[in-house]
Amino acid sequence: MSHLTPDMLAQIGRSRTPVMELATRREIRKYSIATRQRVAKYLDGTEAPPLFYVALFWDVVSLDRMTPDGLTIDPLLPELPFRRVMAGGIKTRYFQPIRCGDYLVAQRTLTDLYEKEGKSGPLGFYEVTLDVKTDTGAPVLVEKATRILR
Amino acid sequence: MPRIETICVGDALPESRHSPTIVDLFFYNAALWNGHRIHFDERYAKEGEGYPGIVIDGPLQGDWMSQCVTEWLGDRGVLVEFEYTNRSAAYLGETLRVGGKVTACDAQTGEVSLALFVENEAGDVIAPGAARVRV
Repeated sequence: MSHLTPDMLAQIGRSRTPVMELATRREIRKYSIATRQRVAKYLDGTEAPPLFYVALFWDVVSLDRMTPDGLTIDPLLPELPFRRVMAGGIKTRYFQPIRCGDYLVAQRTLTDLYEKEGKSGPLGFYEVTLDVKTDTGAPVLVEKATRILR
Repeated sequence: MPRIETICVGDALPESRHSPTIVDLFFYNAALWNGHRIHFDERYAKEGEGYPGIVIDGPLQGDWMSQCVTEWLGDRGVLVEFEYTNRSAAYLGETLRVGGKVTACDAQTGEVSLALFVENEAGDVIAPGAARVRV
């Protein structure tokens, strides 16, 4: 029996309002140091490492909006019968690197929602597509991220 | 810094080993604004979510694989596509081995395909990945 109702599945295709962020040297350097990059252009913040965008577009929410486990419910998701979220994976197509001083516009869209039977019960999967462009509309990257719900 | 004429299928990318500390995880999650307690609260990770220890972030392992590519590539090429899947969790205290190899190489287009991995101490690939670069 599926745990995902037609109403839940109808949320596929929903997008969030685009957000604009500035890639500052400071933020690039913080990410590069935290991930122990060894390439000079990343460490000095001139150019961002390929996965810097993950940090730049992670939702910054107030502490009182976090659940007791320290997470935030993705506003793209309908209310689902799963309690835990796990990292699944990503696939990213790059068009140009992110550089210090770039203004970037990102939009997230729920592009899939499905379930599978796991060893210990049903698992939910959702895919969110993140489309990042420059402030003049040039493509920067498109990421498809899958997260697992259990 | 590879040249397309010198790249062969089967060439290994430079490997790295990662033994993140709680300080590494603190700074990584702070850089993201990720408050998930499984990455810094051992008691919660064990009792709240049933893990045997503090969980090393999946996206951080993905970043290590991307570093494997960017360090091999240098400034002579560009990353076109990158992907990974987190298959199993890794825990604080583990040392993870990260590497990859060339799986296809097209001298006409300059495109090179790479297979990547994160392997735990038991020798299990816990996160396979792939990349496509243009040299």
